[in-house]
Formats: sequence, C-alpha cells, structure tokens
Amino acid sequence: MCYNKHKNQLILDRRFPPKTMKLKLKIVLPVAFAVLVAVVTVWYLKRHSVPILQPRGVVGQKERGLLGFTLLLGMTVLVPVFIMATVIAYRYREDNPKRVSYTPEWSTHRVAETIWWGIPITIIAILGVVTWRTTHQLDPYKTLASSKKPLTIQVVSLDWKWLFIYPEQHVASVNLAPIPVGTSVDFEITSDTVMNSFWVPQLGGQIYAMPGMVTHLHLLANQPGDYAGASANISGSGFAGMKFTVRGSSQANFNAWLNTAEHATQPLSSATYATLAKPSKNMAPTVYNHVQNDLYDTIVMNYMMPSDTKSTTGVKQ
Amino acid sequence: MGLFAGVLGRLSWSALPHAPITIGGAILMVLLGLAVAGLLTYTKRWKWLYREWLTAQDPKKIGVMYLIVAGLMLLRGFADVLMMRAQQATSVGSSHGVVSADTFQQVFSAHGTIMIFFVAMGLMFGLINLVVPLLIGARDVAFPFLNAASFWLFVAGMLLINLSLGIGEFSAAGWLAYPPLSELRYSPGVGVDYWIWSLQIAGAGSLLAGVNFLVTILKMRAPGMTLMKMPVFVWSVLITMIMVIFAFPILTATLSLLALDRTLGMHFFTAGQGGNAMMYVNLIWAWGHPEVYILVLRAFGIYSEIVATFSRKRLFGYSSMVWALASIAFLSFVVWLHHFFTMGAGADVNAFFGITTMIIGIPTGVKIFNWLFTMFRGRIKFASPMIWFMGFVFLFTIGGMTGVMLAVPAIDYQVHNSLFLVAHFHNMIIAGVVFGFFAGVTYWFPKIFGFRLHDGLGKIAAWCWIVGFVLAFWPLYILGLMGATRRLDHYDASTGWQPLFIVAGIGAVVVGIGVFFQVLQVVVSIWQRNERRDLTGDPWNGRTLEWSTASPAPIYNFAVIPKVSERDAFWVAKQRGDKPERPEYEDITLPKNTPLGMVIAGFALIFGFAVVWHIWWLVLLGFVGIVTTIIIRANDEDTEYTLTAREVEKLENQAAKKRRQYA
Repeated sequence: MCYNKHKNQLILDRRFPPKTMKLKLKIVLPVAFAVLVAVVTVWYLKRHSVPILQPRGVVGQKERGLLGFTLLLGMTVLVPVFIMATVIAYRYREDNPKRVSYTPEWSTHRVAETIWWGIPITIIAILGVVTWRTTHQLDPYKTLASSKKPLTIQVVSLDWKWLFIYPEQHVASVNLAPIPVGTSVDFEITSDTVMNSFWVPQLGGQIYAMPGMVTHLHLLANQPGDYAGASANISGSGFAGMKFTVRGSSQANFNAWLNTAEHATQPLSSATYATLAKPSKNMAPTVYNHVQNDLYDTIVMNYMMPSDTKSTTGVKQ
Repeated sequence: MGLFAGVLGRLSWSALPHAPITIGGAILMVLLGLAVAGLLTYTKRWKWLYREWLTAQDPKKIGVMYLIVAGLMLLRGFADVLMMRAQQATSVGSSHGVVSADTFQQVFSAHGTIMIFFVAMGLMFGLINLVVPLLIGARDVAFPFLNAASFWLFVAGMLLINLSLGIGEFSAAGWLAYPPLSELRYSPGVGVDYWIWSLQIAGAGSLLAGVNFLVTILKMRAPGMTLMKMPVFVWSVLITMIMVIFAFPILTATLSLLALDRTLGMHFFTAGQGGNAMMYVNLIWAWGHPEVYILVLRAFGIYSEIVATFSRKRLFGYSSMVWALASIAFLSFVVWLHHFFTMGAGADVNAFFGITTMIIGIPTGVKIFNWLFTMFRGRIKFASPMIWFMGFVFLFTIGGMTGVMLAVPAIDYQVHNSLFLVAHFHNMIIAGVVFGFFAGVTYWFPKIFGFRLHDGLGKIAAWCWIVGFVLAFWPLYILGLMGATRRLDHYDASTGWQPLFIVAGIGAVVVGIGVFFQVLQVVVSIWQRNERRDLTGDPWNGRTLEWSTASPAPIYNFAVIPKVSERDAFWVAKQRGDKPERPEYEDITLPKNTPLGMVIAGFALIFGFAVVWHIWWLVLLGFVGIVTTIIIRANDEDTEYTLTAREVEKLENQAAKKRRQYA
C-alpha cells in the first residue's frame, strides 16, 4: 500500500491479515478446512438415513450408481483444477523469493489450448453417451422388469395430501401407499389442485403431478420397509405437510392389507371425494373401499371441460 | 370486479400488516426512510441531491445510484436469509419456528426475486454504467436519457416490491410463481400481482438498458478499437446485452399473460378451461435460463480483466475466451427444459436437453483453464479482488460439477427441487456473480471515487464469505441427498436434518460477518479517503483505457479521446514508455440533467401500484402520465450542453491542482 502516511491506516493495513501469518498457513488452513468438512460429512452420513444413497428400489439404485459415476468423472477435472490453481497461485505470487519465470506477453499456445478444449470435450462426450443411454433406460414411463404382474396405482395430489387409488382392487388410501415388493408399480399421477411433485427418494426419482394431466412413474421396491415420500414442488400453505409413506411388503402382507381395506368403513364416492378434496393439513392415513369406477378419470377430465359443465360432474364445486 | 368497484379498488385498512415480523420490517423501513430524509433536511442537501444525483444523466452517477440501491436490496435479501435460516433451524417436530408457513413462503419468494432482479441485476448494470464507456474510450453512453429512464424503472420496480411489505402482502408462490399456484384461484391476494408488476417495470428497464449498451458498444468505441481489440469485459457485456434483448421480451410476454389471467379472468395458464401451466413453465425458463448467463457472463468478463491486471500478464487465449462467451450465450438458449425434466417429457427430449446443458461445461471449463494460465508465469499480486477470484475458482468449479450432475436427467429425477439443487445454484450465483461483482467493484472503485477501498478489510470480508458460503451450502447438498426438498417451513425430528440446518444457519451468520466487514470497509475507506487518493489514475498498473484517465474520472471521461491500435492499449503504451502528448482539447457535448426519467418511473410506479390494487382511475392516470412525459421529452430540443475546449482545459487543470494538494 502506497499512501499510508496516516497512522491508523498503517496499523489497519498491516494488521489485516496479520503479516505474521505464514504464507504456507494460508494454503494449509483452507486444505485443513476442506478435509475437516469432508470428515464431518462422512461421519454424519454414516450415522443418518440418507435415502438417495441408501436406495431400496431398482430405480433408486441405478440412479445412485449414475450419481457416483458422474461425481467421479467430475473429480477428474475438479482435482487437477484445484491442484493447478493452488500451485500456480503459490508459485507465481509476486513476493515469491525464488526466481520464477515471468512472461508478461505470453498469451497464446495452440497446443495447450487444444488440450484444454480437448479434455472437457472428451469428458462431456463420455457423459453424453451415458446420459443418452441412462435417460432411456431410466425413463420413468417404462415398466420395470419383474416376474410379477405390474400393479397400477392412481395418485392424486390434493390440498395438502395424497390420494392413492388402486383401480383394480377398488380401494383407496390417503397418505399411505402399500405396495408388494418385487413388483413394478405404475404410479399414474395427476393433481386435483396446483402442481406437486411425487417423490419417494429411497425408491427412485420424482415426477410432477399436474391438474388435467396424467404423468407416469414406475418404481419397484426390492425389500419390505416404510419409504418416506413427499411433494417436491411448492403447493401452498400446507406444502411442508404433504408427506406420505410407501409401504413395501410381501405379496401376502399386501393382500392382507387389501382385504382389510375392502372392509373399510368409508366408500369413496364422488360425495366423499368432494369432502376429501377440500384443503386440510397433515391428514392421518385413511382407507376407503368401493372406489367409484370412473373417479380418477373424472378428476383428470374435470380440467378439460368448459367451466359451465363443471358442476354436473359432482366432483368440483 | 366492476370498473367502478370503488375509488380505492381492493385497497382498505386491512391491507396494513398483521404479522409482527412484517410490521417490524415495515416500521424499520419507514424509520430508515425518515432518518435519511431528516438527515438531508438537516444538512440542507435536498437541492444538491436533486441537481447532482436524481436528475443525473452521467452514467457514472447512474452507476453509483444502481450500486446504492442494489446494496440496500442486498441487505434486505440478506435479512430474508436470516429469517429463513432461523425458521429452518428451529421449526422441527413440535416446534413451529419463528414465522408462519405463509410468511415463510413470502420470505423465500421475496428473497429469490429481490436477489436476482434487484441485487444481481442492479449490481451488474451499475458496474456496466460505471466502466463500460471508460473501457471503450467513450465519453457517454449512446442514449443517456434512456439510460436514466432504465435506472429509474429499476428503482420503481424495487419500490413496488418493497411496498408489498407494508401494504398488502407479497407472493408466496416462489420466485418464479408457477401457475396454477400463482393463479387467482389459489393465490387470491395481491401478492402475485406485486410480483408481476414489480418485475414488469424493472424488466422494461433492463430491456431498455440492453438496447442502450448494445448500441454504445457497437457504435461508440474509441478509434482503432475493433471488436477483437475490446477488453473481454466489454465482450461479455456486448454478448449479454444481445441476450437481454432476446430474453427479456419473453419475460414481459409471460408475465403479461399471467397478469391477464389474474386481472381479466383469462385462461392462459389456469388449471382447466384450456389453460396450460406447462406453457408457462416453458416460457418462464426460456427467459430464466438465459437470465442466469446474463448475470454470470459479465462476471466472467470482470474476472478476465482482474486476473490479467493482477497477474501483470496478458489474458491467456483471448480469442478462446471470446468464442467461449459467445458459445455459452448461444447454448444458454437451448437448455431451458433442464429445469423441468420431471414434467414427463419423453426420454429423447430429456436426453437432448441434458446433453446440450453439459456441453456448456466445455467452454466454461476452457475459461477456467485460460484464467489459470493467465496466472501461470505471471507476477500475481494478491489484492482483495484476487481473493474473490480464487474463491470463485474453487467454489464455482464445485458448482459446475454439481451442475453437470443435475444435467443428467436420471440424476435430476432424484435431486430436482431438493436442497441439492438450491446449493448448486447458489454455488453458481454467489461464487460466480456476487464474488465477481465484489471483485469488480473493488477494482474499479478508485476510478469512480478517486480513492481505493481498504484492502485488508476487503480480504477479511472475502474470507468470511468463502468460509460462510461453504458452511451455509455444503449442508444443503447433504440435506438434498437426505431427501429434504426446498421451501420447507417445517419437518419431522426423525429426519435428522436439524443439525445440518443449524450449521447452514451458522454459515449465514459468517457471511453476515463478511457483509459487516464490507460495510466497515466502505466506511473506513471514506473516512481515510484523503490518504487513499489515487493520484496517478492507475492504481493497479492497469491494462485498459479506463486507467489512462484521471481518478475520479471527469464527467466527460476523456478530455482527449484515446486512439487504440492494440489490445491492452494502455499497458502497451506504458511498456513503450509513451509520454503523454500535450493534449489538444476540443469542445465536448454532454447531456443536460433532467428529472424526466425519474418522472416516467414515478408514473410507472403509480401505474403498477394501481393495477395491483385494481384502482382503475389511477391506472389510467399512471399510463397517461408515462405517455405524456415521453411526448414532452421527445419534443425537447434543448437536451445537451457544450463544454468549450477552454472550459475543458480549465477543468483538467483544476483537477490536476487538486491532485497535487493531496500528494
């Protein structure tokens, strides 16, 4: 600093950062900080449930594999860049007592530049091929390979809960979706309110739930367990409570649940549905039987019709 | 709602705030306003403020005002951060935190909107105003009045969004307000209308500024400065201005359609009756993705200048850098779908947009390598701008890697809308844009104000930001993998998320300490300004034209327009040991100050406020006011004044004398 005649400033400029702080410390400290962060991260991850890294479904497992692969591929650039940045910054600092070369006019090198256009191009080419293949392989619309007969569950996001309709079994359930393990489940997703996103991280990725629209997500649970699900897209004041459970169980247990569900006390007629569809928060799991046959289609088609015919469907006011 | 539903439309006493935190915020803002007004009255500065600043047409003054407004908004957005962090650190299990769900949603919607539109855009347009004419050896921008109007429209948008704190409410639909949630049926209040109209007004300002700077750069460069001899920062501005011109009309159109839905009962994006929310999502991202690059490319430009200057070496791979910028700009328009891979498009579509997205990583990677090789065999001076740059290299590269991960659709299905995504884009916007801006403002500060900022305090601030950033956002990556979605106002204790949210909160506090040191840096530097004077005009041993003129730059920037024959023209001249010739002064024509830009924006503010509250007579008044003012201005023939060569000489001598006094 050039113009520090003033005493205060002299002190301030010298004190911050302290000159006594060894230069090497400035490199060691950030590295130590990074190592500390990494160690704490691993320690924390080991002690907690990390759904995306502990998948219990084929889709989730493949997605985790892809995550790991991409991370490693990214590291092949990240690590050299970090090392280069550190070494260059250290070596070519202005107050380096060693005599290092200084070439102020050197600003182009065809070979060097070709190399670092080449490196990212190669990496992205590899990743591009992987992306093309995995996007098709893990297309959420694809039925998953399984010896068992696929199951269809119709999903309706409501304010602020999830309705699961089992169309072939004529039962329905709110905020709880039992599924048999080893079975490819086709979640047929719509919304009877704003947009939501249907996400069960331990089983696999998410897909949007949109009014008047049907999207599909195929998931398969490998083993029994309760898998937490949530809406991943903001949907109003009850959004944080839009949690549900997908319960993976053996075929026998699943059948047993179906049996009890068939004897549930409430049928899901269009009238019960109209009550259910009204906004409510943190609703406890509830089971319905005798689901009206065309209920799901009515919910979807409701948004396709002009407004004056709406009231006749009996679903929406 | 009829046209004559009442003189005040929807506005009534119930619009005043109810929640304690909003009341507090509103009162604080009113008090701050009164304090500033009181201070101005006490020091009798109103006239000075009006003559020197509010009516100014000089882009340097407009730039300073941009920085002040954006700086204040940064504090507002940061207050939102502290509220969000407090909420998420405490609202677990049976506890429900510090604010209600609805307030929380307003807070994060305001945070995103303010930080992007009124901080990042404001800071960047401010910096452009300050230095682009200087960098190209020009005396002014192409359309000074348009420039002032752009700035004041930005201010009008900013005022409107802050009015929502005291009168009514703000949108609770997120910073991009996806329908159907943002439609009248699900958001019947005025919040979304405030969001729409503050962005419409500020967005119009951005578009006008885009036109202005595009023309300025294309038409007003110093003689000899061909396009490929421009500083890379100017290239980045040129390219982003083209992007602004292509992207912002999409925003205007999209917001207009949403406004038609909400105000006139149309059905572009409603659920049902032919509305299609997916169309909105496509349109908003067709603007939104380029917008991200509109912000970050200019930061790339700033880093390019800084690294070359502080390494005292030519920028490595100049043409690579320019082509990288151009290709990123092009690619940024063909990747918008990666924001909603989870909407159910087919695998072909998703894979296509995934691959175009990761291709952006190629030119970006090249830029990183080129910066590092600019430092290679240089003589690097680690002043605080370089600390920001080093922070950028590390944190931005991490963000780039997580971005490439998110670009793989099958990975995105898992982490989309999770906190992993939130951490990723903060990596890009804070480490990329915000650090770049801080570096740039430290670098160019002496050119505008005539004295340097305190370097040591700047370094401490930079370190606080870097460490605080890691503490605030690394936990969010982990939380995303743990299944935490964004925007949660409450979660169960069994998730095990709370410790991470607390760490993130601590990180925000550390960043807050960094902000404190920045404020201190400015205060201390102003206090010591007489000892920190930049008497040479070239405090960093600079390379580009702006350092060839005095600091602070005179109103006309250059008494004699420089001639350029090479890149880094000033550096080359210094190397050759060119002695400044005895200047031959000439008459200089400059725009006269006028309040009309401010008046237009004032009417725009009235217009926006009136539409929000359905006060139709006031809407008409605002509209007629805007049109009338434009007509008045268009018919004003007397908009310029001339400094004669003798006056210029006198001003130059006065400035030189003043500098000698400090020496």
